[in-house]
Amino acid sequence: MKRFWKNASFRLKFGLIVTLFFLILGFVIYFVPHVDPFPNVIKEKNLPPRIPGIEKLGIFDGTENGVMKYKGSTANEYHYLGTTSQGQDIFWLLIEGIHNSLTIGLIVALIGTVVGVFVGLLSGFVGGGIDRFLMLVTDTFVVIPSLPVMILMTSLMKGRATVIMMALVLALFAWAWPSRQIRSMALTMKERDFIHTAWFSGEGVLQTVATEILPFTLTWSLSNFMNATLSAIASESGLAVLGLSPANLITLGNMIQWARNYNAIIMGRWNWILPPILSTIVLFIGLFMLITGYNDYLSMKRGR
Amino acid sequence: MKFWKYLGLRLTTWALTILIGVTFIFFIPRMFPSDPVERMIGNMESLSGSMDPAAKEAMRKSLRIQFGLDGSLWEQYITFLWRGLLHFDFGPALMSYPTPAGEIIARNLPFTVGLSMCTTIVAWCIGNFIGLLAGFRKNKRSSRILEGIAICIYPIPYFILALVLQIIFAYVLGWFPLQATIQYNNGTATFIATLLKASVLPALSILLLGTGWWIISMKSLSGTTSEEDFVLYARYRGLSEGKIGYSYVFRNSILTQITALAMSLGGVFNGSIMTEIIFGYPGVGTLIQGAIMQSDYNMILGCITISIVAISTCTLIADLIYPFIDPRIRYS
Repeated sequence: MKRFWKNASFRLKFGLIVTLFFLILGFVIYFVPHVDPFPNVIKEKNLPPRIPGIEKLGIFDGTENGVMKYKGSTANEYHYLGTTSQGQDIFWLLIEGIHNSLTIGLIVALIGTVVGVFVGLLSGFVGGGIDRFLMLVTDTFVVIPSLPVMILMTSLMKGRATVIMMALVLALFAWAWPSRQIRSMALTMKERDFIHTAWFSGEGVLQTVATEILPFTLTWSLSNFMNATLSAIASESGLAVLGLSPANLITLGNMIQWARNYNAIIMGRWNWILPPILSTIVLFIGLFMLITGYNDYLSMKRGR
Repeated sequence: MKFWKYLGLRLTTWALTILIGVTFIFFIPRMFPSDPVERMIGNMESLSGSMDPAAKEAMRKSLRIQFGLDGSLWEQYITFLWRGLLHFDFGPALMSYPTPAGEIIARNLPFTVGLSMCTTIVAWCIGNFIGLLAGFRKNKRSSRILEGIAICIYPIPYFILALVLQIIFAYVLGWFPLQATIQYNNGTATFIATLLKASVLPALSILLLGTGWWIISMKSLSGTTSEEDFVLYARYRGLSEGKIGYSYVFRNSILTQITALAMSLGGVFNGSIMTEIIFGYPGVGTLIQGAIMQSDYNMILGCITISIVAISTCTLIADLIYPFIDPRIRYS
């Protein structure tokens, strides 16, 4: 671990830290007991941010243009990022959004990578007619524009989709690219000596694939997994902006869409619109740096 | 002779790709329980009270024909392929009944194609130029800074960047309108002026993201090429840096980028849809959004069919011209 950290580039470290930070926000902080972001009784709307401790410095102290907004029943409350025009706590809305976006991203990446590796290995090793058929289907999925088809499917489910259905729709386009890559890896690997040795020593196809090939594809699959997570989160938020994400599912994209719908930009409610936008940007840059840093790290290790 | 074989094979794949894609989008709506005709009649009834059963049946029948939902599944499929794929006739658009959906798409398509084509080509040129410089002298500080900027821009999703640009340039600075407005009826000059003004922000957001990607990929490509033995040999021969950069590094790395350009078109199309929606730019993206809002399936299917055909064709063209550009590749 220590050696890994010493050899890691700045990019890899930065990416790891940012990704870990978001994982903690989404899967640890998320479970901290907190106020329900959807209150039954809408109390104070459009509250500015107020953070304990920092408020003494004169920023985030719950005032807007010098007027204290936290009064009456909310006098002792703290909303770290304020509340929306619907009286929802923005901070916990954001945490919930990060949690759901990451969950969808991870499910899609898992399905896409597993199916992609399976199809790629199958078509690379079995060859012949199966290979040609599978590659035709794969190529079709690589070429057809994914967003319009996802739009079609989600618009048919309009609002009634669950997280799992959403993930399945996104996964439909997540397997094609990895399976193409894995196939070409399998093709070159088929000719290597150690595979011939395995075959000649009487190992079956399944056995060879499981013990000799899979370990080789693992590092690549990990990098693909992160990539797929990133693009799944991006596609989901794209669909959310179109109003096609399930209405009761809070994701980063949905949060942005609601803020847009309630005119947060025109009203200048920056504490509402900016947190999800900035979180998405930072998360994506972090993930991307993690991916490229990890790939560089791998090629450096191979070079030594 | 080999060329014709290659062409035939490539054309077959092209046709099969389109066929599979279109078959796919034909069957998806039929796998879902919701029926657009029943939904439309339901909507109508909720607006204007219940209808006479006979009138309702007649209406159902005529709507089924217009939606291409009459007859067996097989007949529907053949009709869809015949009318939609070969004649781009997708039936009337419900958004602006009875104008055919194909006509409206044809009106909006040039905006999307123009926007994404121009920005993609400009981004490709700028990005590859900067990427080449950055990769060729990769240990210079300026190269690292340029790559750093590219890495921070590229991963941002299209619509997020569009939103950020909208907030900065249209809301805070007020240089551009929040939503695109194009005047069609006040003469060509006004049309072009308003079109350009409406296109600046959408084009900028696609351009920034595209350029970011080409910088990153070209830098890594030309970085590896610069370390090849033949470049080292050219250095020993005492050739000028410019000559090495152009004839040795650029010409070898640009080939990969040409294929990559064709492969990226699908992504650009997706991105341009999102960008258009954010800015209200009158292209296919805005059309799709409107069609979703009003459950206009003829229009949605039309937009998707045309985009599948367009993108597969672009990929085909790129594949066909590739061997002309790269002498190392033979048709095979």
